[in-house]
Amino acid sequence: MKKNLGILLLLLGVSAVTAAISPAFLGFENIENLIRRSALFGWISVGAAFVILTGGIDLSIGSVICLVGCLAPWLLVDLGWSPWVALPSLLLLSAGLGLGHGLLVTRLGLQPFVVTLCGLLLYRGAARGLTQDRALGFRGEYSGLRELATGQWDVPFVPGFQVPVPATLLLALAVVCGVVLGRTVFGRHLYALGRNEEAARFAGVRTEAVTTAAYVICATLAGLGGLLFAFDVGSVQASSFGNFYELYAIAGAVLGGCALRGGEGTVLGVLLGAALMQVLRNATNLIGIPTQLEFAIIGAVILSGVVLDEVVKRVAAGRRARTTTGGR
Amino acid sequence: MTGARLVAQGIAKRFPGVVALDGVGLEVGVGEVVAVLGENGAGKSTLMKILAGVQPADEGSLFLDGREIRFTSVRDAERQGVVLIHQELNLCDNLSVGASMYLGREPRRGFLVDEAAIEDGARRALARLGVAIDPGRSIESLSLAQRQLVEIARAIAIEARVVIMDEPTSSLGEDDAERLFRVVDELRRDGVSVLYISHRLGEITRLADRVVVLRDGRFAGELTGAGIERDAMIRLMVGRDLGQFFHRSPHEPGEVVLEVVGLRTREHPGASVDLTLRAGEVVGLAGLVGAGRTAILHAIAGVDAGSGGEVRIRGRSAGLPAHPADAIAAGIALVPEDRKAHGALLDLDVRQNIGLGRLAADSRRGFVDREREAELASAKIEELRIRTPDDRQQVRYLSGGNQQKVVLARWLATEPAVLLLDEPTRGIDVGAKEEIYGLLDDLAKRGVAVLFASSELDEVLGLSDRVLVVRDGHVQGELSGAARTEEAVMRLATAERGVSP
Repeated sequence: MKKNLGILLLLLGVSAVTAAISPAFLGFENIENLIRRSALFGWISVGAAFVILTGGIDLSIGSVICLVGCLAPWLLVDLGWSPWVALPSLLLLSAGLGLGHGLLVTRLGLQPFVVTLCGLLLYRGAARGLTQDRALGFRGEYSGLRELATGQWDVPFVPGFQVPVPATLLLALAVVCGVVLGRTVFGRHLYALGRNEEAARFAGVRTEAVTTAAYVICATLAGLGGLLFAFDVGSVQASSFGNFYELYAIAGAVLGGCALRGGEGTVLGVLLGAALMQVLRNATNLIGIPTQLEFAIIGAVILSGVVLDEVVKRVAAGRRARTTTGGR
Repeated sequence: MTGARLVAQGIAKRFPGVVALDGVGLEVGVGEVVAVLGENGAGKSTLMKILAGVQPADEGSLFLDGREIRFTSVRDAERQGVVLIHQELNLCDNLSVGASMYLGREPRRGFLVDEAAIEDGARRALARLGVAIDPGRSIESLSLAQRQLVEIARAIAIEARVVIMDEPTSSLGEDDAERLFRVVDELRRDGVSVLYISHRLGEITRLADRVVVLRDGRFAGELTGAGIERDAMIRLMVGRDLGQFFHRSPHEPGEVVLEVVGLRTREHPGASVDLTLRAGEVVGLAGLVGAGRTAILHAIAGVDAGSGGEVRIRGRSAGLPAHPADAIAAGIALVPEDRKAHGALLDLDVRQNIGLGRLAADSRRGFVDREREAELASAKIEELRIRTPDDRQQVRYLSGGNQQKVVLARWLATEPAVLLLDEPTRGIDVGAKEEIYGLLDDLAKRGVAVLFASSELDEVLGLSDRVLVVRDGHVQGELSGAARTEEAVMRLATAERGVSP
C-alpha cells in the first residue's frame, strides 16, 4: 500500500509539473486521450503482471497484439467472417500461444526470456508474412465493435467531459484480477510460488499448472488488447503495429511495484504504473521535448524511480537490523 | 608443539534475533591439530568464517604469530596464510585443476597468464600430498574426494600456515577419508596448524591433539590427549545427560498406517525400499550422508517422484506419488531438510505459511476462507508455542526454531496420517530442539505415524522406537529395543561397501 502511495504521488507530481508548464495538459480532450491510452496499456500491463508475479517474463506481448490486431480486420473484412466466429477464434489463438509458452517453460524447463523472445519474433513474422505488410483496416464497418475502444460515456455534472469506454473495461478487469489475486487460492499460490517456487511445490502447490495459467492469462489479455488497439486506430500494418508494446506493458507493471524476481505487486499499483508511463509520454509531447528523446526521458524517469525505491528499502532494512540487534 | 600460531580472543557475533558467538576464545599452536566440536547451531561454522575472513566479528581480536590482525576478506586472510576449506567446495567446475588453484592470484607474464608457472606450482602442491591428479584436468571430471584434495593442495600452494577444514569427510567414503587423515598428519608434521570441524567423533579421536567444544555460542570445555574420548565429548556438547533431553512416552503401536513396497528412488535406482509404520510409532532413519535417506523421504512425499514402487496409507494404495499435492491428499506430510529453501516461505507471513497446506481444502469455490485461515494460525501459534509478535510477521524474522515450528504447524493443520521429517532439528537451538522432540512425542501419542531422518545419532536413538539404517539407497537393517546402540547403527551404516557410488 505504501508503495502504491509512492507511485500515486509520483503520478500526481509529474502531472502537476506538466500542467504548470503546459496548460493544454488539463484540457478535456487531452485528459480523455490520456485516459484512453492509459486504459489500453494498463490492460496489457495487468496481463504482464501475472507472468512477472511467477518470476517470469513475457516479451511476446507486442507481437501477440500485432498478430491478433492484423488478423481481426483480415478475418472480418477481407474474409468476411462473422464476428461471432472471428473474435472467439482470436481469443482461443491468444490463449493457445500462452499455453505454449507456459508448457515450454514448465515442462521443458526453458527460460521464459528465451521462449517469449522467440514468440516475439515468430508472431510478428507470421503476421507480416500473412498480410504481406499491407495496411488492413475496418473500412468504416464494425463501428459498434470499435466503440469498445473509441467510445465515450457522458459524465453527469461535468459537461463537455466524457469517459472513454476502455477505462470502464479496464476497471472491470482490475476488479476481477484484484479479487483473483487477493482472494482466491489460485492468487495465493501465484504469490507463493513467485516468492519461492520450490518451497511452494513442497507445500503442495501445483506450481507447473499455476505458472502455465499465468502465461495463458497474459497472452489472452494481450490478444484482447490487440483487438482493442486495432479497434482504436482502425487501420493496422503488421510491420509496426504493437512494436515495443511488451516493453510498455512490462515497464508499467514494474513501475507499478511488480518485482521481476516474482511474488510482488498489486493490480492497483500496475494501473498506476501504466498510467504513469502514458503521462510521461504525453508530457514529453506537450512540453515540447523532441519526440526522438521520448524513450530517453522515460528511461531516465523509470531508472530514477527504481533507484530511489532501492535506496529507501536499504535505509529501512538498515534501520530494522539496528533495532533487532540493539534489543539485546 | 611450541608457540601459538593463531589466537582468537573474546569473539562475539550477533545475527538478527540470534547470538551466534558470545565471547569465544580459541588458540591453535604451530603444527597442532585442534578439533572444534559442537552441535548444529553451536557457532562452530560462524567462528571458522570469522577466522578465515569470510565475515567480520562484532567484537574480539585475532592474533597471527603474535601480531594482531584484521582480515578484510577471504583473499586477505589467504594472503596472510589462513585458508578455509569449505563444507561446500567452492571450486569453479569449468576450470582446470591448476587454474582453480590459482584463481584470483594468477601468476602473470606481461599481460598474459603464466600457464607454465600454474602447471608447475599445481603439480608440486599435488605431489606434496601424494596425489596423482593431472593439473590440466577439469574440476568437473573429479570425484568429490579428489576435489577436496585439490582444495587442500591449493592451501599448500598458498603456503598456508593455518588450514581450517569444515566437515571435510561429510561426503567421503572410508578410503578417501583415511587418505585425508594421512594428509592432515602430513600437514601437522610440516608445522601447519589445522582447525578441524567434524561431527564424527571417531575421526576426532584419531586426529586431534586437542578438542575445543562450543555450546550455544560459548566455550563449553576442552579435552586433550587421552581425555579425548566419545562420552566426554558428548557430555560437553549436550551439556547434560541425554536421558533428560529426549522424552518418549511408553505406548502401544496401533494399526499399520504406512506401507512402502518396492520403492525405487532415482538417486539409487538399483536399490528398493520396503518399510511399514504403525500409528503412534516414531521411527528413525539413520545412515551416512549420501546413503539415500532424503531420497526415500522425498519419494514417499512425491517431491522427487520415485521410479517404481507403491505407497499405501491405511491399506489404501496411493500409487507412487508424482507430486507433493498427491501425497498430501493421501495424508502424507513432509517437513523438509532445507528449511529456508523448501520449508518455510520466508517472505510470507506466519499466517499464510501455516495456512498454505489447507488453503485449497478450506476454500469455497476457489476463494480463500480468510477467517478460517486466521483462526487456524492463531490456534497453531498457541498450540506449538511459536514465538512471534503476531501472525502477520514475516517468517524471515523468526528464529530458526520458530521457523521450523511454523513449517510443522502447516503440516499438522492438514491432520496427516504420516508425518515425515528430514533433519527436523538442523540449525536450531537446544531449547527449540527439546520442544520439537516433545511435539513429536505428542503427535505419536495422538496416533500419527512419524518417520524422521537425522544425521545426529543421539537424536535418532533417543527419539525413536525403531531405527532403520539406510545404506546405498536401501534399508540395511532394523534395530529396536536394546539393540539400538550407536555401535550397531554405525556397523550397519558402514557395512561392507559393495559397489562404491
